[in-house]
Amino acid sequence: MFRDKDRFLNILLISPSILAILIFVYAFIGWSVRVSLSKWKGLTADYTWNGIKNYLDLFADPRFHVDIRNTLIFTGVFVFGSILLGFTLAVMLDQGLKGEGFFRSLFLFPMAISYIVTGVVWRWLMNPAAGSRTSGLNLLFTNMGLDSLVNKWHTTPTWGIAAIALAAIWQMSGYTMALYLAGLRAIPEDLKEAARIDGASEVQIYRHIMLPLLSPVTLSALIILGHMSLKVFDLIVAVAGKQLPLDVPAIYMWQITFDGLFYGRGAAVGILLLISIAVLIIPYIRYTLKTEAEQ
Amino acid sequence: MKTRLRLGKYWLYIPLVFMTVFYLLPLYIMIITGFKSFAEIDLKTMWNLPQGIAFDNYIEAFSKLAPSLWNSFAMVIPAALISSALGSLNGFVLAKWKFRGADVVFPIILFGMFIPYQSILIPLVQFMNLVGIKGLPGLALAHIIYGIPITTLTFRNYYASLPQELLEAAKIDGADMLGIYRYILLPISMPSFVVVLIWQFTSAWNDFLFAVVLTGNRDWPITVALNNMAGSQIISWNVQMAGSLLAALPTLLVYIFLGRYFLRGLLAGSLKG
Repeated sequence: MFRDKDRFLNILLISPSILAILIFVYAFIGWSVRVSLSKWKGLTADYTWNGIKNYLDLFADPRFHVDIRNTLIFTGVFVFGSILLGFTLAVMLDQGLKGEGFFRSLFLFPMAISYIVTGVVWRWLMNPAAGSRTSGLNLLFTNMGLDSLVNKWHTTPTWGIAAIALAAIWQMSGYTMALYLAGLRAIPEDLKEAARIDGASEVQIYRHIMLPLLSPVTLSALIILGHMSLKVFDLIVAVAGKQLPLDVPAIYMWQITFDGLFYGRGAAVGILLLISIAVLIIPYIRYTLKTEAEQ
Repeated sequence: MKTRLRLGKYWLYIPLVFMTVFYLLPLYIMIITGFKSFAEIDLKTMWNLPQGIAFDNYIEAFSKLAPSLWNSFAMVIPAALISSALGSLNGFVLAKWKFRGADVVFPIILFGMFIPYQSILIPLVQFMNLVGIKGLPGLALAHIIYGIPITTLTFRNYYASLPQELLEAAKIDGADMLGIYRYILLPISMPSFVVVLIWQFTSAWNDFLFAVVLTGNRDWPITVALNNMAGSQIISWNVQMAGSLLAALPTLLVYIFLGRYFLRGLLAGSLKG
């Protein structure tokens, strides 16, 4: 619909951004791949060819095995917990109760806060100290007579990372709720009404009608939350610093590169993270744009 | 039928109130600890309400964090403004001009918002050193560029939803492309600008990864300063709580007053806007 002069202007307007993305995203990824295939170790850049040795070293490193295990536990607890809680909250808020807007805003407010603030506060809520130094949630449990709930939180061997996933659920379940609420609002009321007339109970309506209709929302939530948990970084740093038992790939990359100066291996971690996220996100972008084009 | 449902749903307030307590717990502890006097501070009584209103902890935390709070404002405001302006221009071109390859350009831009930044971190730091953009300006630049995908997406979706007739009418009146943008689209873009500005403000304010690798102790933004404060043995937990509230306050206030727009940015970020 535009003339030649406009076409020129269009290119002029959009090219700085496209150029910036091409350099800062795609050229930098290529650069990282090159670093990951080099012998670069130490402060000065060294691009001597090293093949896939950095990747092999990584897979042989016991610390990286801990990272993979922690990522799997964190992802499982965080994604499942956020979806379950988010869906439940959305269904409860969909019943037309008084004060719905208040509850909705309240469950969403942690999204406005940084992972660092969340982490610093939860670090004190999850204080594992025992005896007379008991504090935080453990103290609250003791005062309420719920001694069986007292635990060592993120300092629990092997499963400590699940305690951090709990803080992440606190932060992200409201977001999942918002996704489901938007989905529920898009379902026509007639559908529920028709099912009610057919004698379906409210639980049956949600189980057999709403849940299947919401599967695109569940898919989005799975992918968005899943890719977030692969990237988890600041929350763990704020709760626990750089402790080995709570290590994840993002922390490993940061520490081995900028403290340890193993640039080659750090880049390899970054590229592996990118690949694991790309296999989730690229099909998701294609699927979203295709559905959008069909509408 | 309706009566049964009406009576049946009041029990829902029980789990909702329970969840309210869960969500407010960290906020409660931040606020009450902040208002206690130093004399009252004890981990054993951390859940008790303060006996009076004191500002010891806030004053102490502010005196330590004030420089980094200003650093954050100085970096976040230009970053949010510039990436929003770029997003608006890109969104306009991508929504209203169907050039060959537009279907390729958009997903290429979009992918940039999902990448783990660990995969570009080493080149980013090298590049900033190479061109000599250090500290806060470098951090602002990173937020501008990595903010382009989401700002472009939000504006593109908004402009694509506008009726084509609006533009056709303007063209018949002799407006050229820039005229259409300046006089027709820009004046009705304000709600989208609010959404995008809030989103960019919040994510740049809350960022830690870019900040920790691109700034040093002279120009740390608030997230890095707070994390280091929490990691130090010298500063006690009560000051950390007060500091956390100070760090959270700007984005929290934006959320309280402009929550509706915040939610729209959130949904756009999942491609569900």
